Amino acid sequence: MSVRTFTTDTSIVLERELRPVTRDPFSVVFSMIQPLIFLGLFTPLLAGVTGASTGASLQAFVPGILVMSCLVGTSMTGSNLQMEMKSGSHERLLVSPLGRPAQLVGRALKEIVPVLVQALIIVAVTLPFGFRVAPAGLLVGLVLLAVTAVGLGSLSYSLALAVREQEWAFWGVQQTLLFPLLLLAGVLLPLESGPGWMRAAASVNPLHYLVDAERALFSGDVASTTVAAGLGAAVATAVLGVWVGTRAMARAS
Amino acid sequence: MTSSLIEARGLTRSFGSVQAVRGLDLDVATGELVAFLGPNGAGKSTSLRMLTTLLAPTSGSATVAGCDIATDPAGVRRRIGYVGQGNGAGHTQRVADELVSQGRAYGLRRREARDRAAELMSALELDALAGRKVQTLSGGQRRRLDVALGLVHRPGLLFLDEPSTGLDPQSRANLWEHVLRLRAEHGMTVFLTTHYLDEADTMAERVMVMDHGRVIADDTADRLKSKHVGERIVVRAAGRDGAARLAAAVATEASDVAVDGRTLTARVENGPATLPALLRAVPDVAVETAEVRRATLDDVFLALTGRSLRDTGSAEPTTETTGA
Repeated sequence: MSVRTFTTDTSIVLERELRPVTRDPFSVVFSMIQPLIFLGLFTPLLAGVTGASTGASLQAFVPGILVMSCLVGTSMTGSNLQMEMKSGSHERLLVSPLGRPAQLVGRALKEIVPVLVQALIIVAVTLPFGFRVAPAGLLVGLVLLAVTAVGLGSLSYSLALAVREQEWAFWGVQQTLLFPLLLLAGVLLPLESGPGWMRAAASVNPLHYLVDAERALFSGDVASTTVAAGLGAAVATAVLGVWVGTRAMARAS
Repeated sequence: MTSSLIEARGLTRSFGSVQAVRGLDLDVATGELVAFLGPNGAGKSTSLRMLTTLLAPTSGSATVAGCDIATDPAGVRRRIGYVGQGNGAGHTQRVADELVSQGRAYGLRRREARDRAAELMSALELDALAGRKVQTLSGGQRRRLDVALGLVHRPGLLFLDEPSTGLDPQSRANLWEHVLRLRAEHGMTVFLTTHYLDEADTMAERVMVMDHGRVIADDTADRLKSKHVGERIVVRAAGRDGAARLAAAVATEASDVAVDGRTLTARVENGPATLPALLRAVPDVAVETAEVRRATLDDVFLALTGRSLRDTGSAEPTTETTGA
């Protein structure tokens, strides 16, 4: 398949995936509720425990919340594909001339949109409470989130393709992985105070590097090894996800 | 290019130790309307999924619309229309959007895709639903949308996998009206699977009966019936020995003569001629009822397999829900 066919096909799939989002933008806003609840209920606790100001607590917590909303949203997206597998629309697209890699990549790219919209909303609502972010850092931080979203979305689609129409299996795996990944990323509490084995586990969690990178970026520390590590983790996640996902899509029947 | 539009040789598909399709040989010429008839699990859909490149055969080969399913699946996909068992449109999508996406997927430019979507919506009575979300459509409307999606690129060959399962009788009739009209307009070849006897009987010009992964008969419905079952006359006599006397009188012209109490059943070549002649031949036998029973495809299936399609619980269109 030529590069041109691939990009055309990917854009067709992406456009189709985005239509329900653009026709019903509220679906994105609704999926915001969970991260906002975390923000509203966890920030005061964090401030209480550490004795830090609300602004300082947000400074530590908002980058984590962005990664969390990215992970929660993208990890669920495979269930959309499962719905399409159940209804028959996935099969219809498999019989169409659209290239299989494009059918995965187009879907995965769509994940960027809700992730970025959510991130901007979270930043916007926390600014009045003392959260401060460096514009350049925010920009790079959003790019890292977008790259990670493509990888995580691809992995979620791969899971859906692997378990086929068994919804319980999809949600079982998704839920089992979700919280360890979140806790071992240092989203809620910093891992530095955790035991050695926990820090060892976190060191193989790409989201851990991503959270650290976002914290550094938002405080204006753009050119640092922390950010480079975060970029590496994001790219590695995307490459792994797309590789696994395109293989799964090629075999789909 | 081969002379047949579909040509399959020894197509086999196994799932683990189960052989779903066992050595399928198939030739379908341009313009035919062919049906696979058989109970659930006979291998109809698996065969269709191999011919449409959804499933790789375990062994064997096939050419569909001039392209080899194994070496040129992309060529097959560009040339065929496929309406699967499920609903092809995404539930959260809107009717017109989904048709435009489909047109784009088959290489139409944006403008062409929009025009074609409008054309198909009008041809399949979907105009009023253009902006509706697919999940709000009725079963019949969704099925018409499925057919529209399958026709976006004006394929010369359309596959329909159990097109009317789960539809009420009116929606089925309406769907077929559209399919037959579009076929006549475009000279399309149509290949469908069905487990509905009357659908195969009335719609298909050629019926391939499938059972246990094999095609066990392949002809027009009429020829299948006369070859494997024939016509039967059933006469109920008023008196005790009437049936036996009728049996003796018809014996030379009939095969499979059976007397059950006061009822005679006999298989004959030409029921409408034989029955009055028989009644005239033994005028003193008092007869209560007399009828000619034409064979159904279920009789054909029974004659071929010893089982009734109806026994599988799937031969009649009922209000069953669509299998996912």
